Amino acid sequence: MELGPYILLASLEGSVTAAVLALTAVGLSLVFGVMRVVNIAHGEFFMLGAVIAWFVAHSLGGNAALGFAAALIIAPLLVGALAIGADMTILKRLKYDPERTIVATIGLLYIIQQVTLMTYGPEARPVEAPFNTRLAIPWFEWGDDGFSLYWPWGLSTTSYKLAVIGAAITVLMGVWVLMTRTRIGLVMRATQADRDMALAFGIPVERVYAMVFGLGAALAAFSAVLIVPIQQAHYLMGADPLLLSFIVVIIGGLGSLPGTVLAAVLIGLSDGIISVFFSPTLAKILATLLVGLVLVFRPHGLFGVRNG
Amino acid sequence: MLELRGVNAGYGRAQILRDLSLTVRRGEILCLLGRNGAGKTTTMQAIMGLLPLMSGSVHLDDQEVSALSSHEIPRAGIGYIPQGRRLFAGLTVAQNLEIGLRARNSGPEVLDDVLSLFPRLRERYRQRAQTLSGGEQQMLATARALCLQPKALLLDEPTEGLQPSMIEAIRQVIVKMRETGVAILLVEQRVDAVLSVADHVAFIENGRKGAVFPAAELQADHSIVERYVGV
Ligand SMILES: Nc1ncnc2c1ncn2[C@@H]1O[C@H](COP(=O)(O)OP(=O)(O)OP(=O)(O)O)[C@@H](O)[C@H]1O
Ligand SMILES: [Mg+2]
Repeated sequence: MELGPYILLASLEGSVTAAVLALTAVGLSLVFGVMRVVNIAHGEFFMLGAVIAWFVAHSLGGNAALGFAAALIIAPLLVGALAIGADMTILKRLKYDPERTIVATIGLLYIIQQVTLMTYGPEARPVEAPFNTRLAIPWFEWGDDGFSLYWPWGLSTTSYKLAVIGAAITVLMGVWVLMTRTRIGLVMRATQADRDMALAFGIPVERVYAMVFGLGAALAAFSAVLIVPIQQAHYLMGADPLLLSFIVVIIGGLGSLPGTVLAAVLIGLSDGIISVFFSPTLAKILATLLVGLVLVFRPHGLFGVRNG
Repeated sequence: MLELRGVNAGYGRAQILRDLSLTVRRGEILCLLGRNGAGKTTTMQAIMGLLPLMSGSVHLDDQEVSALSSHEIPRAGIGYIPQGRRLFAGLTVAQNLEIGLRARNSGPEVLDDVLSLFPRLRERYRQRAQTLSGGEQQMLATARALCLQPKALLLDEPTEGLQPSMIEAIRQVIVKMRETGVAILLVEQRVDAVLSVADHVAFIENGRKGAVFPAAELQADHSIVERYVGV
């Protein structure tokens, strides 16, 4: 078999990674952009989303589609509420000081991880996909009788993976509309531009911060629910999304949403392709190298603006 | 009427303002004069609740605004035009003004009034704030504060780096606001530019209030200014 079908397959796998990564990283980017908080616990919000999805799907039992749909709503809401609670009880008290919030979110990371270990346990548990039809992918060839399509053996994806990509794109567009077309987005951007002036013009900055922190966590949880039928829920699953999100947010330009999405697609696709042809480790090495290069040549990231 | 009563405030442990009391009546322009670093900007930030007060209080008419949380102070009716403009970068002229309008739920007629004071802003309506010229940015900073329909207006060096015609335009707006009964606290370096508009001048030194003079008196006797501000 020729190379083309493999590359197509790898790109499809990479697109799923990219879609989920973009959602997670946009959450991190929002929090950093508006609040100037580096949220080390972001990966744990992701993990909690997956674990809660398992609880919800498990307790509803029976119908896989129903359990999954419920998880898709309940997990982001619960995780968002937890994040808002953490914001109001911890970050607010630290006055959102950039260094102290790093330490605080590291603490939060361990608390969430250990509580999950104590309640959910160390097992990796699957959540059943709501639908999972195998879709064969056609490839083309130039035979003796000209152009023709055929279905190479093993070249397939599932309807669920395509749905993940679709759902991620939909939610990302929703975030974009929220930020650029709504009053709440306007208030968030004003707060991001100048916190003190936002206060001086009547914007309840603390409420905006709580909302942004909740929204960021909810996005991570949502993307975890999307990935959990493919990956299984485990209490340590938050590390990779956190690292990759950081890479993406730095390459994209801190706080820039379009940059974050573009970088997620770049990293996700190359991760998929390199993992299929070589090894996942090489993919991570190259991604890290890319961060280094971007930081050397464009210190503010691909889409970054000076002084944010 | 805007009133500071025995305000002590500072950054962290460093106290800047010491027992500062000021009164600005409605329809009056009080100019705050002092050397660089005397605490003029700090005074305005203390009024806006951007610095915690160590003691003392700030009153607007009958309301103790220093008891409110920071974001409620502008809603009580204080418009702030900060030093260095500090527009919301990334937002357009229209969006900057919208933030101002929303602070006190001002209607569209307020926007019309404000834009008629600064017709240039109407031409630049969809442009991003940070791409405006310095003069236009100052207009926008002023317009944004006027969108609150303030009872008291704080202006921190509004003519910094502006050409004479622009200074004149800002001056006229300030005078117009005084006519409508706004209490105006003005910080300005250019003494001559100030004396023609101000009603009273208060000197501030090391965070303490010095003497207060009627502006006319200073205009007649220039040596007082030199004594306090020194050049
Ligand atoms: N964020 C800050 N942290 C610590 N000290 C500050 C801060 N901002 C100002 N100060 C100090 O407070 C004092 C008063 O500063 P302020 O900005 O009020 O002066 P000013 O009268 O407005 O001067 P200028 O005419 O130069 O604008 C200065 O000594 C300054 O160094
Ligand atoms: Mg100043």
